Amino acid sequence: MAGQYFDIAHMLAGGLVLLSMTLLYQDRMFGLLNVFALHAVVLSTSVAWQGHIQGAPHLYITALIALVLKAIIIPVALRRMVVRLGIHRTIETVVGVGPTMLLGMGLVALSMVVMLRATATADPLAREDLAFALSVVLLGLLMMVTRRNAVSQVIGFMSLENGLILAATGAKGMPLVVEISVAFSVLIAFIVIGVFLFRIRERFDSVDVAALDAFRGERR
Amino acid sequence: MTFLDLHLPLDALTAVLIIPAAAAVLLVLLPGYWLSARLNMLASLATWLVSLTLFVERPAPSPYLFVDDLNIVFVVLATFVAFTTSAFSASYIGHELEIGRLTPRYLRFYHAMYQTLMFAMNLGLTANNIGLMWVAIELATLTTVLMVGIYRTHEALEAAWKYFILGSVGIALALFGTILVYMAARPVLGEGQDAMVWTALISKAGGFSPELLNVAFVFLMLGYGTKVGLAPLHAWLPDAHAEGPTPISAVLSGLLLNVALYALLRFKMLLAANPAAIAPGPLMVTMGLLSLIFAGFMLYRRRDIKRMFAYSSIEHMGLITFAFGMGGPLANFAGLLHMTMHSLTKSAIFFAVGHIAQAKGTQRIADIRGLTESHPVLGWGLVLGVVAIAGLPPLGIFMSEFLIVSSTFARAPLLAILVVFGLLIAFGALMLRLNEVAFGEPTGSKAPVKASYVPLFAHLALVAAAGIYLPGPLVAWFQAVARLLG
Repeated sequence: MAGQYFDIAHMLAGGLVLLSMTLLYQDRMFGLLNVFALHAVVLSTSVAWQGHIQGAPHLYITALIALVLKAIIIPVALRRMVVRLGIHRTIETVVGVGPTMLLGMGLVALSMVVMLRATATADPLAREDLAFALSVVLLGLLMMVTRRNAVSQVIGFMSLENGLILAATGAKGMPLVVEISVAFSVLIAFIVIGVFLFRIRERFDSVDVAALDAFRGERR
Repeated sequence: MTFLDLHLPLDALTAVLIIPAAAAVLLVLLPGYWLSARLNMLASLATWLVSLTLFVERPAPSPYLFVDDLNIVFVVLATFVAFTTSAFSASYIGHELEIGRLTPRYLRFYHAMYQTLMFAMNLGLTANNIGLMWVAIELATLTTVLMVGIYRTHEALEAAWKYFILGSVGIALALFGTILVYMAARPVLGEGQDAMVWTALISKAGGFSPELLNVAFVFLMLGYGTKVGLAPLHAWLPDAHAEGPTPISAVLSGLLLNVALYALLRFKMLLAANPAAIAPGPLMVTMGLLSLIFAGFMLYRRRDIKRMFAYSSIEHMGLITFAFGMGGPLANFAGLLHMTMHSLTKSAIFFAVGHIAQAKGTQRIADIRGLTESHPVLGWGLVLGVVAIAGLPPLGIFMSEFLIVSSTFARAPLLAILVVFGLLIAFGALMLRLNEVAFGEPTGSKAPVKASYVPLFAHLALVAAAGIYLPGPLVAWFQAVARLLG
């Protein structure tokens, strides 16, 4: 029975890593949004499953937040945003798809090596969950640095945050998980509102005042 | 605010959190500049006074909040600078309203956010739970993001967005580190509450899995290090300082960076308590030194005066992180002293710079000349502040820098040479710019500006006094804290 529990938890966490890799090579905005919505659904299922096997009903709240906010509201909002800005056909990546995928695989391997070695003494479910979670976090970071477009960077950040929620719920009995996930949802909501209000299209990758001369979103 | 102590069943610790929270709610409701600026000052003063009583009577630690020798220093410093900044902010914001840079609607929002930020910082500093500490630092980040973007110019919004994205990534990494600390603690302290409570963690840290703690510290260092503004992760800091209202620059440099550093120090202590874990020192030393030297060079290329002092903050946070990374009683003592002096001096400089930018109507260094002639009080205030921050004797920063350098010379002469090199580079840049800005033929408006000089000179007086004579009890206190830090 316990083995079966582990398998499903692993399948869901592994699915999240796979979807993170899928996010990396999406070259259409709508495709990106759809994959992200699926990412959030899998996360929500995974959190609910953890709530079930840990006998921790409060995790269902976190699962519900993930489902409603990140699988429905935010993708819909971002889709409208993308249509309004007219950027649904283009995603400029800084690095090509091939190298990005290779880097992604490298990061997954790295997190497996680091986490499995570091958590040799922890219980097996938690340690593998943690290794998957770290992969998702690192892939999210990779996505943020390989994309120019603010919307896809935001998606990268949200997938990173999904990895954190996966880690937090995988850590059995961790207190304040719900509070932390609520705090994170507030952060995410702010980011999305920010994209909406400021119509930010590109990332800001320079440090100096010269780059601040013109608001880059208006220039194109 | 003594009547609070007399009539309400509140301990001082709760009051330090409740006063700013209640004031934030009131400030949302209250209209008008005069009233809200006064209330903002009053609430900040009350919080500071209440925080002072923590020295006398210390409430017992609860699973959520606690006070010990270390964080009391941070709390008192934070509430004091928050109070003086609120006094500066009253006159600064008054001027911004007059020239129409800030509308009354945003004013209400500004004051409410100011107190929310105080609440978040005090919560972060007194949290006994590492999860709660994380939430508090996130809240502090969010409120400052909103305040940086308050002018609604393209530059301000861009700065706010950049700060937001980089800050969020930092915060996310810090959360991963926090989860790993919980994972490390769980086998020893059991599931649930206890494994995230700082006082429980530190007492049992010896039994934690060292591998997990190592990985956790790397994430915490990168995460909270972003918020401290350490070198490769500092990109948000100059923009956020330059584009927001100046009182916020003062609070960011003087306080918020300290809060993030405090979080880092807590986890450093945790690692130090575990003999099998990596020594956290070298990592902090490397990042600190990198920030110090990098910021020193960057100072030369600055054209915006607030941006320049933002780089100077990176330099000093680097130096403080370096001192704490070296560890040992003397270096820790010097680090604490330097942190205090830097908070006081840097916020004083921003007080002066804020009024100067208002008087001249620009932040461009090239357009500000001959300040000591056109605005003698502000000009000399700035000269004094920059002389202090550059580390000239007999002011307070000279003493703390001297202690850092001399304690490093005794243990690692090579590192000490690098520190001195970084300090000299920064010194040269600051003196060069100061000479341009303060002396020579005055340019721009010579009209007097309505300024509040009291906060500026109160800070400078404290820094000067500390350079000449440090009171015995304060030294003893800092020494005790330095030992605590290991």
